[in-house]
Amino acid sequence: MDGMHDLGGKQGFGKVQHQPNAPVFHAPWEVRANALYSLAVKCGVFNMDEYRHAIERMTPQHYLSASYYERSLTSLATLCVEKGLVTADELAQLAGGAYPLAMPSALGRHNHANRMAFLPGDLVRVRDEHVAGHVRMPGYIRGKHGVVISQSPVYPFPDAHAHGLHAQDEPTYDVRFEANHLWPQGAEDAQVHVAVFESYLERLT
Amino acid sequence: MTTDTTPIASIEQRLDAIQTVLHRHGMQPAEFIHTFDELAHEHWVPANGAGLIARAWTDPVFKQLLLTDGMAAIREAGLSMPSHHRHFVVLENTADIHNVICCTLCSCTAFTIIGLPPDWYKDLAYRSRVVREARTVLREMGLDLPAHTQIRVWDTTADTRYMVMPQRPAGTDGLSTDQLAALISKDALIGVARI
Repeated sequence: MDGMHDLGGKQGFGKVQHQPNAPVFHAPWEVRANALYSLAVKCGVFNMDEYRHAIERMTPQHYLSASYYERSLTSLATLCVEKGLVTADELAQLAGGAYPLAMPSALGRHNHANRMAFLPGDLVRVRDEHVAGHVRMPGYIRGKHGVVISQSPVYPFPDAHAHGLHAQDEPTYDVRFEANHLWPQGAEDAQVHVAVFESYLERLT
Repeated sequence: MTTDTTPIASIEQRLDAIQTVLHRHGMQPAEFIHTFDELAHEHWVPANGAGLIARAWTDPVFKQLLLTDGMAAIREAGLSMPSHHRHFVVLENTADIHNVICCTLCSCTAFTIIGLPPDWYKDLAYRSRVVREARTVLREMGLDLPAHTQIRVWDTTADTRYMVMPQRPAGTDGLSTDQLAALISKDALIGVARI
């Protein structure tokens, strides 16, 4: 989905608030939030693709105003409701107040029917597809071309895996894009490497 | 039943509520929080990645393994990654090439090797800007690269995980691997600093 989370190349943000040796956690509740969603994954309540997608489904207003670990918590709570561990009303009652959750999911999709295998050096184009459900193709590479550098081991296809559909494993390719092609006259010179699922790619002819 | 005008429960209250739900389903959350706390603070630390790099700087055979089969190198060093991370790619900096990693979609990192990601890595500014204006972002973060240095930005969009191999600094010939490892920061393993 073209959600708020898909930030690569968005403009208007200020300086990175960089702090050397920044602590990973700032408060005990952040450790708890991280631990509890990890526990739910470990216990098989949901997988990491479902977890990521439930964050992406937060309204943009909520996504932007929430801290990182509030997003984790919102995803965890949303999925516990969707998986039937608790109802939204029970959750609000337990919390003693309103409990904001993510928006409902659109339909997922299966691996591309005509997947093609690629070799290092192949020129590829990212399919110009607009997906309503979960997708791990950042918007800034959609329709763009690059060169395959290498291939990874296979992974479950996230567009299916985040939606409870059967997800065939497929490789991702390390594809190198030129920043000046991704944002013509609008980027600094660099090579941008993206791990792109096979289903997202077609041969550049 | 809550209505649109019901005040939002605090973060702590919302966490307590979900912890109760997991507890009711027999997942033993209190115990796991304790385990996780220890893992996050004592085991998933950048010293793991720094140790791999320091060993690679002093052992050409291991360096070759780390650069060509990162997962095998991790196993050989007695480290591990979660089962959904199936590929570990180490990116070697040279005088002419500088690598930097990010995750524009969320916050993916090789957290068992370089530690959980810092705030700025997860923030909107880094995620939006580093793919498009890497040189400026790095300069703002204190790394002013020469104009001839090629920048490679690695966006962690799948479950392949990355770590940067910094260049070994000059004048460190006499140092032990432990002393070398102590020079290597988390920022250097992410690629926003050089050593």
